[in-house]
Amino acid sequence: MARTLINVPPKAKRGEIITIKTLISHIMETGFRHSNVGVRIPRDIIDTFVCTYNGEEIFRATLYPAIAANPFITFHTVATESGTIAFKWTGDKGFSATESVKITVE
Amino acid sequence: MTPRWRRSPYILLLTTLLAGLWLSARAEIPLNERRSSYADMSRDSKAMQDDDTSNPGMLAVLDGEALWKTKAGAADRACADCHGDARASMKGVAARYPAFEATLGRPVNLEQRINICRAQRQNAQPFAYESKDMLALSAFVAMQSRGEPIAPPDDPRLRSFRDNGRSLFTSRQGQLNLSCSQCHDDNWGKSLAGNTVTQGHPTGYPIYRLEWQSLGSLQRRLRNCMIGMRAETYTYGAPEYVDMELYLMWRARGMTLETPAVRP
Repeated sequence: MARTLINVPPKAKRGEIITIKTLISHIMETGFRHSNVGVRIPRDIIDTFVCTYNGEEIFRATLYPAIAANPFITFHTVATESGTIAFKWTGDKGFSATESVKITVE
Repeated sequence: MTPRWRRSPYILLLTTLLAGLWLSARAEIPLNERRSSYADMSRDSKAMQDDDTSNPGMLAVLDGEALWKTKAGAADRACADCHGDARASMKGVAARYPAFEATLGRPVNLEQRINICRAQRQNAQPFAYESKDMLALSAFVAMQSRGEPIAPPDDPRLRSFRDNGRSLFTSRQGQLNLSCSQCHDDNWGKSLAGNTVTQGHPTGYPIYRLEWQSLGSLQRRLRNCMIGMRAETYTYGAPEYVDMELYLMWRARGMTLETPAVRP
């Protein structure tokens, strides 16, 4: 399981714009490199990141080989109601990681 | 014959030149002018290091914390079984390494200390240098000293090794015939291929280097510089590197540890 670091404020006021920061450990091997004996190293990247807020998709990103290892994705949303913000990263070689955090909206 | 009054200005000039050269070379940085290369980084890189949820080095620290608690080796013992809570037992430890190891009769660095523990207490296979596990565990241990001043032990047995480290630091080497000191003592703050030449203080190791896209040890960084000078590198864990680490930590004494640091 890949390590993740998520930064979401645990509490927010209704209608407030909050910043969500996500970091995940992944090598993001481009597929363009060759080993020291000339064998091509197969591509191994995260290609999709999805964030849902109480089940509703609020952010989606498609990742490409030029993105560095350990992708850091940060974005904003409006705090509408208390609940769960869930994150899902999927990629090559069947890679899949999920994480969720609770938020209280007052 | 040249009259005496015409010769003396030349002698004076020559002496001044020689004195100037002697003063400019090998001058150690005054203690109050030392600064971490953190100060030379962009605002974005600083922000990345300062926030524990955006610092990629923290991913390795989490791995290290898991390793700390995992039982390993034939002794079926975890680091935590002897050392307990790392927050208390490992605080300030990284700030004191390399330290003298009596059984080997020479100093060892933090990575070597971890492997000695693995061999003697856990009966486990040593971690390879720069392996994911070694970097993770050393980052976790070193992070417990974050914010602590670097405090090299005042151990007379270390003196000759530190002197050797200093002589390696100040001796010219490689096809470019450069010494570490020529950049990091004499020309810090100036530009080299678009980068600011740092003072070369080991304040944040293991560091997450953006160029590497991974964590790396101080020895990896030293090798990096040596390759740049087109000098022959030593193997990982070589006594020369440990001596240099010893000198560098002494040179950075009193500066604050920032592990895991982010560098461009």
